[in-house]
Amino acid sequence: MKKYIPITLVSFLALIVWLPLWMLISGSLMPIDEIKTYFGPVLLGGSGFAKWPLIPAYPTMAPYIELLLDSPAFFAMFWNSIKIVVPILIGQVCFGMPAAWAFARFEFPCKKLLFTLYIALMLMPFQVTMVPNYLVLDKMNLLNTRGALIYPLVFSTFPVFIMYRFFKSIPEAMIEATKMDGAGHFRTFIHIGLPLGAAGIVSALVLGFLEYWNMIEQPLTFIQDKSLWPLSLYLPQIAVDQLSVSIVASVIMLIPALLVFLWGQNDLEAGIRAAGLKE
Amino acid sequence: MKLPKQQQNAQEPIWQNKKKSDLKVALCFLLPSLIGVMVFIFIPFIDVIRRSFFGAMSGEFVGLKNYATIFQNDAFKLAGGNTLKFTLICIPLLVIASLGLALLINAIGKKAQLFKMTFLLPMAIPVASVVLLWQVLFHQNGLLSRGIIALGGQRVDWMKTDWAFWILVASYLWRNIGYDMVLWLAGLSTISPAIYEAAKVDGASSWQQFTKITIPQLLPTLFTIVVLSLLNSFKVFREAYLIAGDYPHDSMYMLQHLFNNWFVSLDIDKLSAAATIVAGVILILILLLQRTWEGDED
Repeated sequence: MKKYIPITLVSFLALIVWLPLWMLISGSLMPIDEIKTYFGPVLLGGSGFAKWPLIPAYPTMAPYIELLLDSPAFFAMFWNSIKIVVPILIGQVCFGMPAAWAFARFEFPCKKLLFTLYIALMLMPFQVTMVPNYLVLDKMNLLNTRGALIYPLVFSTFPVFIMYRFFKSIPEAMIEATKMDGAGHFRTFIHIGLPLGAAGIVSALVLGFLEYWNMIEQPLTFIQDKSLWPLSLYLPQIAVDQLSVSIVASVIMLIPALLVFLWGQNDLEAGIRAAGLKE
Repeated sequence: MKLPKQQQNAQEPIWQNKKKSDLKVALCFLLPSLIGVMVFIFIPFIDVIRRSFFGAMSGEFVGLKNYATIFQNDAFKLAGGNTLKFTLICIPLLVIASLGLALLINAIGKKAQLFKMTFLLPMAIPVASVVLLWQVLFHQNGLLSRGIIALGGQRVDWMKTDWAFWILVASYLWRNIGYDMVLWLAGLSTISPAIYEAAKVDGASSWQQFTKITIPQLLPTLFTIVVLSLLNSFKVFREAYLIAGDYPHDSMYMLQHLFNNWFVSLDIDKLSAAATIVAGVILILILLLQRTWEGDED
């Protein structure tokens, strides 16, 4: 009997996660007149109270079709998000991965100091680096371009740290053995580091994707031109402009994040653990 | 973040022989990233610390004047106070709640993976996707008001009262509990079952096992969880901003809003001083926590 207490409790808590998701999905299948009746009191300034039925009375795909065929702004912003997130992640791998390897596998002067610097920078919230970022981007004439969002984040030190933890866990003997076989530093990196540290790279990518797909602060401060905004910042605007597709748009925005989450869930967990466990 | 002593010594001779070539290779790997970090983050940051001692318009050295100005600024006091209050309430709440959740998950054994994923899910849900839901929940005519009326209460415009702060707290817990739970579970998994076995043989009750074994063994994990939770707490700005905009209800006007608003009005001198202070506080906090953490090990 005692065994059922934890699982009941946990299931109840899980509802707090599942219920909002379910509401979003069921809401996305509501025809426009239902949306107006249910949410009118909140969004259109009517009287009475809002309702959010768990199943729409007359479910329809119409909002999805309207979004697909009749919302060019939505897709422009969707592509904006992709054009921001993908280059950041590629850049992080290109620059961060070798740096992580250097920290994990080499001894050099000032290594400890530099690594501490990387960790300190990783721990600084955006608001602290906002002014310095702005000043550099201004000097480089990058403000109000996608570059303003991409370049500073390519050099984020967080993925370096995550990958470092994974590279560090590769047994030294394995590296030595490869070197005995006459492999140079770069071949060791490619043939041992990459395959054995792959989980770390994927972890960094998954954590990065979820973070940048959700980016609000950077575009808000560095991009004035709304046509360059990512979906994460633009989405609330849709509810105002085009009520009928607002819930569908929320669901479509959610889908890439959910897919990445489901695809990389084990690596995601490993990545969180890597940030937490001490050596 | 450091190698154990013996390992360092053992590596030394090899390292000395190969020192020069190794150094070059290490630099090849490190430099591209290091240059970027220096150019985009570190050097500009040092420049901001310098600017915090200069006037924005005149460019003259003004000493601590910028600091004096912001400490007299009402908006800074309000935002700083709110941020402090938010941190002091949220972090202990989150740390304890996530530990409880981790222990529950550990206790159910089967299906644990499914639940772990469930609680991690909120961190994957974009803030923008739940904004609409949030509005419908907390509006004066929203779902929560409806529930309250059904219970015989009054309708409330939640986001425009002191409740706004607590709604933000709840949202932070919802989004971060899974992350911290995974960290606790990682910590729990490092405790050897043999210790519990030995305690059981000695007749320790499960409460004693929890307070005498589990809690002390989890102390190192606590440090990381506190630091990471603190950093994630700055991201509640996303919810706060998308729901309530630049100037939300006073109870949830955070440092992040203030930074943003100073930024819009280009108060670079005030902003530099405030950024330096926040960076300093975070740095001291990290060093302090790390000191106590390392002290525990000896």
